Amino acid sequence: MEYPDNLKYSVEHEWLATDGTVGITAFAVEQIGDIVFVELPAIGSMVEASKPFGVIESVKAVSELFAPASGKVIAINESLADAPETVASDPYGAGWLVKIELTKPDEVHALRDSTAYQAMIAAS
Amino acid sequence: MLKTALLDRHVALGARMVPFAGWEMPVQYTGLVEEHIAVRTAAGLFDLSHMGELYLEGPDAGRALDFALVTAPGKMAVGKAHYSMICAADGSVMDDLIVYRLAELRYLVVANASNAGVVADALRERIVDFDVTLDDASMRTSLVAIQGPKAAEILQAHINVDLTTVKYYSGVEAIACGVPVLLARTGYTGEDGFELFTAWDDAGVVWDTLMTAGAGHGLIPAGLGSRDTLRLEAGMPLYGQELDRATTPFEAGLGRVVKFDKPGDFVGRAALEAARETPRKVLVGLRLTGRGIARTGYPVYLPGATDAAGIVTSGTSSPTLGMAIAMAYLPVGHNALGTEVEVGIRTQRVAAEVIAMPFYRRST
Repeated sequence: MEYPDNLKYSVEHEWLATDGTVGITAFAVEQIGDIVFVELPAIGSMVEASKPFGVIESVKAVSELFAPASGKVIAINESLADAPETVASDPYGAGWLVKIELTKPDEVHALRDSTAYQAMIAAS
Repeated sequence: MLKTALLDRHVALGARMVPFAGWEMPVQYTGLVEEHIAVRTAAGLFDLSHMGELYLEGPDAGRALDFALVTAPGKMAVGKAHYSMICAADGSVMDDLIVYRLAELRYLVVANASNAGVVADALRERIVDFDVTLDDASMRTSLVAIQGPKAAEILQAHINVDLTTVKYYSGVEAIACGVPVLLARTGYTGEDGFELFTAWDDAGVVWDTLMTAGAGHGLIPAGLGSRDTLRLEAGMPLYGQELDRATTPFEAGLGRVVKFDKPGDFVGRAALEAARETPRKVLVGLRLTGRGIARTGYPVYLPGATDAAGIVTSGTSSPTLGMAIAMAYLPVGHNALGTEVEVGIRTQRVAAEVIAMPFYRRST
């Protein structure tokens, strides 16, 4: 599985790009299984680090999405309403979830880099 | 945690193992949807060794079961099977069962894993005045199911009976994959298929043989995850969701199973006769017309109402139909086909419509 070096990773298996884009990792995709529904917050709403901001559903179950950092939602991936499976097929590209404007940029230091994240999931 | 005889095989296949009714069971191997579609289009192989197998034998076996269950096993022909339920004296459902008449005086009752102990205890209590013995063989019996349109073709090469002579809901002793089995043409998927009861350690050779034989036909191992979505599409109830101790067979739409015309009393008869006239709720099929997936426990509202009128018992995104389906209990009188309701999904209300069950019916 792939974990791009230019992203930061949370313990809840979300990634954060330097421009504030958020998605879920390849590990999360594998754990969730066949993705059939994604529910995202409204543009303009506030999210808080490590708190739920939406849900992602497989055929089997509902999983919460946790924000990797605090901020204001400035964009959501509207295409997932009709094509939620994109999250699984391209988790770091077309399957992005939301874009946030960070309100506490220092929180990024609490996130893991690719190497540390891979070590974490290898140990889990 | 209890382990089936096939546990090592599941782990070697990369299955995700989960606790289920005290057993360590495979929930999926390659993926729930892939397994679901394989069963609908080719075949899937299931380990169901967690199920409870109870043998009743003796001169009164038929009469004892007629008294203990809501069906009439005493009238069933040898070699046949039927769907049954064991109810409490108050008419509520303790478990749903398959009953096989293996011989004139010998029956097999198959119970859900989660209720196997409850059913064994209740049967023991109910048969004390009858000349019959009960043998709980659950921990000596494995169960492998092969389900799907290719099941018969795959199995036929490895069994000593002509499968065209084995009718739906019948059971016959046979030799399969070199070991003795009770072969039943039953299942919980909405497809044609077979269940093979074996001695505990014989499950391995049955599993290995059918895995190899089926590979060229599209057979893959299938877990409890796909078993759940397959049975839901087929409109089959699951104990603990559609059926429980707060539900009568009539409320679950299974009143036809209760045989009031059988001779003698049976446990629950008086309560069930009353319950037939006074259902408190009714099980319906729902299709979500708005966006979202209804899940177990979500409230169901009549349009515009503040208080919930019912509750979702099972729900998923149907892999075969490509839409969100659910089963739910609604108040009597609000269950007509086409009735519009709303499902409470987190903070929203999502429109849904009462539709006919089963959601899926195989074409042949």
